[in-house]
Amino acid sequence: MSARKAERLLNLVICLLATRRFLTVDQIREAVPDYAAADSGPAFRRMFERDKEDLRELGIPLETGTMSAFDDEVGYRVPRERYALPEISLAADEAAVVGLATQLWRMPALAAPARAALLKLRAAGVETEEDALPPGLEPRVDGSAPAFAALWEGVRDARPVSFDYRRAGAASPMPRTVEPWGIVSWHGRWYVVGRDLDRDAARVFRIDRIAGEVRAAGPAGTVAVPHGVDLRAQVAAFAAEEPTGTALVRVRAGRAHELRREAVSVRPDRGGWDLLEVGFADPERFADRVVWYGADVVVLEPPPARAAVVDRLRAALAASGAGRGLPS
Amino acid sequence: MSGATARLPRLLALVPYLLHHPGAEVGHVARLFGVSERQLLADLTLVWMCGLPGHTPGDLIEVSVEGGRITLANADTIARPLRLTPDEALALLVALRTLADLPGMTERDAVDRALAKLERAAGDAAAAVQRVRVALEADEEPVVATVRDALAAGRRLHLRYYVPGRDEVTERDVDPLRLLVVDGRSYLEAWCRRVDAVRLFRLDRVLAVDALETAAAPPPAATVRDLDAGLYAPAPEDIRVRLALAPAARWVAEHYPCEEVTEAPDGGLVVVLPVGDPGWVRRLALRLGGAARVLEPPGLASAVAADAAAALAAYGDAAAALAALEDAAGAVDVPPSASSSPPAPDRP
Repeated sequence: MSARKAERLLNLVICLLATRRFLTVDQIREAVPDYAAADSGPAFRRMFERDKEDLRELGIPLETGTMSAFDDEVGYRVPRERYALPEISLAADEAAVVGLATQLWRMPALAAPARAALLKLRAAGVETEEDALPPGLEPRVDGSAPAFAALWEGVRDARPVSFDYRRAGAASPMPRTVEPWGIVSWHGRWYVVGRDLDRDAARVFRIDRIAGEVRAAGPAGTVAVPHGVDLRAQVAAFAAEEPTGTALVRVRAGRAHELRREAVSVRPDRGGWDLLEVGFADPERFADRVVWYGADVVVLEPPPARAAVVDRLRAALAASGAGRGLPS
Repeated sequence: MSGATARLPRLLALVPYLLHHPGAEVGHVARLFGVSERQLLADLTLVWMCGLPGHTPGDLIEVSVEGGRITLANADTIARPLRLTPDEALALLVALRTLADLPGMTERDAVDRALAKLERAAGDAAAAVQRVRVALEADEEPVVATVRDALAAGRRLHLRYYVPGRDEVTERDVDPLRLLVVDGRSYLEAWCRRVDAVRLFRLDRVLAVDALETAAAPPPAATVRDLDAGLYAPAPEDIRVRLALAPAARWVAEHYPCEEVTEAPDGGLVVVLPVGDPGWVRRLALRLGGAARVLEPPGLASAVAADAAAALAAYGDAAAALAALEDAAGAVDVPPSASSSPPAPDRP
């Protein structure tokens, strides 16, 4: 069945490419053997309608029209200049980076179309061999979040979308409707940037915080991206967590290296310790970073940061203590 | 998409490819198109049945396979491949732009030229490309450049490398095998001469790197990992840590490669995490606070409790810490810590 349909579609494509005139449905029926063999008018019609859909879905430019003003029957053709990939010729180093690019994606939503594009380029005479890749460089990008594919389509088709979104620290997700301007991967995480229709303002959303399905919330082609919008800058600002305060911490000499790298200032303290000033915004996220170093870091100021760390350590103590007596 | 509509694009690419490459080998073509040789021969049989309306022998596509080589003719109408769909243009062009931004990318010029040509060829299909940015760049540009030079020249490297699990800076010589960029982080995979094993080094943890005069000489046993199995494939000697995670700590299961993940009645999870360095998981447990409980192995929970008590002592909280430890069995209802956002993957 599958082979028969593929054969029919291939014959249909050839027939519509070969003609300059618009072919009427009857002419097409005569020209494609499988249609000619179809038993009745309605059966053929249904088959032809489905086939037209399939061709359009594959990106084949199926044109409809009539040959003259006196002609009232609609005909079909595929103009060769709109069908064919334009001539392209790549130098060896260009072909090598194109080969590398097609291996970048690990998620099916992008890996499959990238592979399909490479096949078309090869069919156009571009030679890409894997051993021409730059030495030792292997980039990989993954996007395993379930919402990724649907958002990608929303951006591609310029279509509003709605989804439930869990903000950092919020207990339950809230519904949002967004005109997606673009998708950005920033330091290993995917974000969608767009206009939040309920708030009528630009917003950045982390794709892995979307709960459940992403639904279409409007027709395709209705999202207008504001001129000059810098998607990457918006995500960078969202992800950066600009410090709003400075914490004073005591750090044992030679320990907590990552904290030292971020520190605004470092000065020696007594007894083999140093005093660091470190920028932070949210006390809980600050505690995330600090408790990693256990007894090698003590937060002195400000009180909210100190309290967040003490609370976190007490909770860890209680949780691990409580775990001791339980069966596992 | 049904089987037939998945097959048609392949046929429409296969025909022009074979017209371009007269006498192409069956095995080679099958590999390029990602199908079995049997499937390729079935495709060729199908193509051979197709052609211009009329379908007299002179209208049909001519295919011959002789001695494992394919020749195809009389297919002028589909001699050019179909142009790129928006999906294909997007996937390819965004990937190229991502490469252009890559730290240490020395072929930027070639990328830019390829981009210009492909954007022209894609035409309208490239419209959405401006709307997707994949930013993989980080701050390690000088480190990446040194590593790439050493890879190209086959030189040994000296690293000053930070190990977060032990909060320790180490010095080591390594023979570089390859440079990986996975999800926006750069890694050096190398034969480490300090531990005589292949190790993965996150470049943002490389504090200093120097190319040595010595040529790199990784032993034949030094093979790179299979990335399809994940960046951090567990080793047999890893300890298995069973954690009960509150809902606020569910991200742990998405972030680290767990071997078992079971839903818990409270909306949380129970996971088994393979861990190379017990020190690392003790720090993770501290960070998770009340949102995680160590169930196995025995002794690990009390080690975490001791770490927490020692840290609390510095806050003048020693008495409270000891009291909490005594009361531990009663303190089951621990509120989870408010917001715990996942850290970057950090298992070296």
